[in-house]
Amino acid sequence: MSANASAAPRPSTEPAVEIVGVGKVFPGRRGAGVTALEDVSLQIEAGEFVSLIGPSGCGKSTMLRLIADLDAPSSGTVNVFGKPARQARLDQDYGIAFQQAGLLPWRTVRENIELPLQLHGAGRAARRARADELIELVGLGDFGDKHPDQLSGGMQQRVAIARSLVESPRLLLMDEPFGALDEMTRERMQTELARLRAETGAAVVFVTHSIPEAVYLSDRVVVMSPRPGRIVRLLDMRLGSAQERTDALREDEHFFERVSAVREALHGDAVASVQGKEAR
Amino acid sequence: MKRLRGAMLGIAGIVLLGVLWEAYKALAPANGVAINGLTVLPRTSDAAMPHLSTMLQRALDPVSSVPGSAPLWAAVLQASAFTLSVAAVGWLVGVIVGLVIATIMQRFRTAESALLPWVVLSQTVPLIALAPLVKRWGTFVHLGAFDWQDWMSVALIASYLAFFPVSIGALRGFSSPERAHLDLMRAYGVGWWRTHLRLRVPASVPYLVPALRLAAANAVIGTVVAEVSIGLSGGVGRMIIDFAQTGSSDPAKQWAPIFGAVIVGLVAAGAVVLIGLALGKYRRNEVPA
Repeated sequence: MSANASAAPRPSTEPAVEIVGVGKVFPGRRGAGVTALEDVSLQIEAGEFVSLIGPSGCGKSTMLRLIADLDAPSSGTVNVFGKPARQARLDQDYGIAFQQAGLLPWRTVRENIELPLQLHGAGRAARRARADELIELVGLGDFGDKHPDQLSGGMQQRVAIARSLVESPRLLLMDEPFGALDEMTRERMQTELARLRAETGAAVVFVTHSIPEAVYLSDRVVVMSPRPGRIVRLLDMRLGSAQERTDALREDEHFFERVSAVREALHGDAVASVQGKEAR
Repeated sequence: MKRLRGAMLGIAGIVLLGVLWEAYKALAPANGVAINGLTVLPRTSDAAMPHLSTMLQRALDPVSSVPGSAPLWAAVLQASAFTLSVAAVGWLVGVIVGLVIATIMQRFRTAESALLPWVVLSQTVPLIALAPLVKRWGTFVHLGAFDWQDWMSVALIASYLAFFPVSIGALRGFSSPERAHLDLMRAYGVGWWRTHLRLRVPASVPYLVPALRLAAANAVIGTVVAEVSIGLSGGVGRMIIDFAQTGSSDPAKQWAPIFGAVIVGLVAAGAVVLIGLALGKYRRNEVPA
C-alpha cells in the first residue's frame, strides 16, 4: 500500500503529474497565512485515475488548482507531462471540470462544448463535428441546441464533462464534478465517467468527499487530512480495469473492503501513527 | 397574450390621464385653490389648462397665420425628428465612451479608484452651466473643412448625461462573471482581451440593457435642455420656448411641442427595447424587472 504504481502496468511514458515537496500558504489578515498544503509529494502516471479525498480544508481542491495552474504553489514544484504546470496550461495539456458546471448561459449546449476549440482558433466545421461527437458520447443527442437553463443539473454536468474532453486531453482534472447531484444521478454519472475514461485513456485527478465514489472510480485513492493539508495515505484500489467498472462492482465484496480501508484511513488521521490502521 | 395585456394597460393609463385632466378642469374652480394666498391647486382656465380637444384641434391648424405655413403637427414632428437624431448621436457617443471607461476601470483596479469618483462627480455639474462652455470651446475647433456645429455641442452634452449609467452598468456587468467562469478562461490559457470579449462582454448584457434605457432617457432630456441653453433652433426644445411666448394668446399651441418631446422619449425608449430583444439570448437568466 504505498505510492508505487507497479501494481498496474502502464505504458512507459512520463508521469502525467509530478508534485514534489509542494506547500501552499494563502496570505491571511495581519500577516498570518493559512497553510492549505504542506510538503506534499505525489506522482500520477499517464492514464491513471487518482482520487483526492479528505474532509473540508484538507487542501484537495487547492492541490487540483495547483496542477491546473489556477494558483501557484508557495514552495515546491508541480510538473505536468514533464513541463511546469504553467506551460502545461498554456499548451492545453489538460481538461477541467468543476462542481458548478460553469456553462455560459447564453450559449447552447453545442456552443458551450465548442468554446475551448473556438478560443483556440479551430475552424467552424471542425468545431461542430467534434462537438457533435462529444454530445453523442455523453448521451445528450437531442439537446445540442438547448440552452443550459433548459437542462437538469445532471445534464449540465455532462455538458461540462463533454467540454473538458473536447480537446482530447491526456489529463482530466475534476473538482467534485458530481457534488451537486442527487445520489441516483450521481451513480449513473460515475458509471458514465468510468466508461468515458476507458474510451479516452486519459489520466484523471478527481477531487471528491464521497468514499464510494472514490473507490468505484479510482486506481488509487489519496487520503488527505486538514490543518495543514497533507497526504496521510495512498491506497491502491485494484478493482479491475476501467472496462470492468460496471454497476455490479458496487455490490462486490472487494468494493466494500476498499471502502472500509479508505474510511479507516480517513478517520485515523487524528491518530499520531496512521501506520497501524491498516484494514486487514 | 402578456404583451397584449401590457399594451392595453398602457393605453388605459393614457386614457385615465386624459380623463383626470378633463375631470379636474370641469370640477375645480377656475382660479384654482388658494390657502392663505398660496395657490395649492392650479388654475383651470382655458389659458392654463386647455381642453384636450382644443389642443388636438390646434395641432391640426397651421403653425401661424402666415400664408402657406405647415400644419402645427407636421412642424412639431419635424422638430421632434431633429431632436431625436441629435439625441441619438449623443446616446451613441455616450454609450461608446461609457463602455470604454468601464473597460478601462475593469482592466485596471487603480483606474477604477481614480476614475469612478470623477464619473460620479461629473453628473453633479449642472447642465445649464456646461452648455455655454461647450459652445465656446466648439468655436475653437477647426479641422480642415470640418467646423464645429452647434448641434454637435448639443449632442456632446447629451452624451455627457448618457455615458454615466452606461459606464456604471457596464462596470457591474463586466465584473459579474462567476469565479468558475474566470477559472475556466484561465485554464484555457486565454488572455485578458479574449476573456473580455467572450465572457465579460456577453455577461454584462443583462446589466447593460437597463443602462442603455437610462442613457436614452438622459440623452433626450440632455438634448432638449441643451437646445434651449445653447440656443439651437430646429428641435422641440427651442420650439417649447418659442411657443410659450405666445402662451397667452394661443394657449393650446405650446402643448404641441411638449407632446413632441414625449414622443421623442417614447421612440428612444422603444428603440432600446428593440435592442434588448435583439440581445435576448444574453438575457436568458435575467429576472424580469
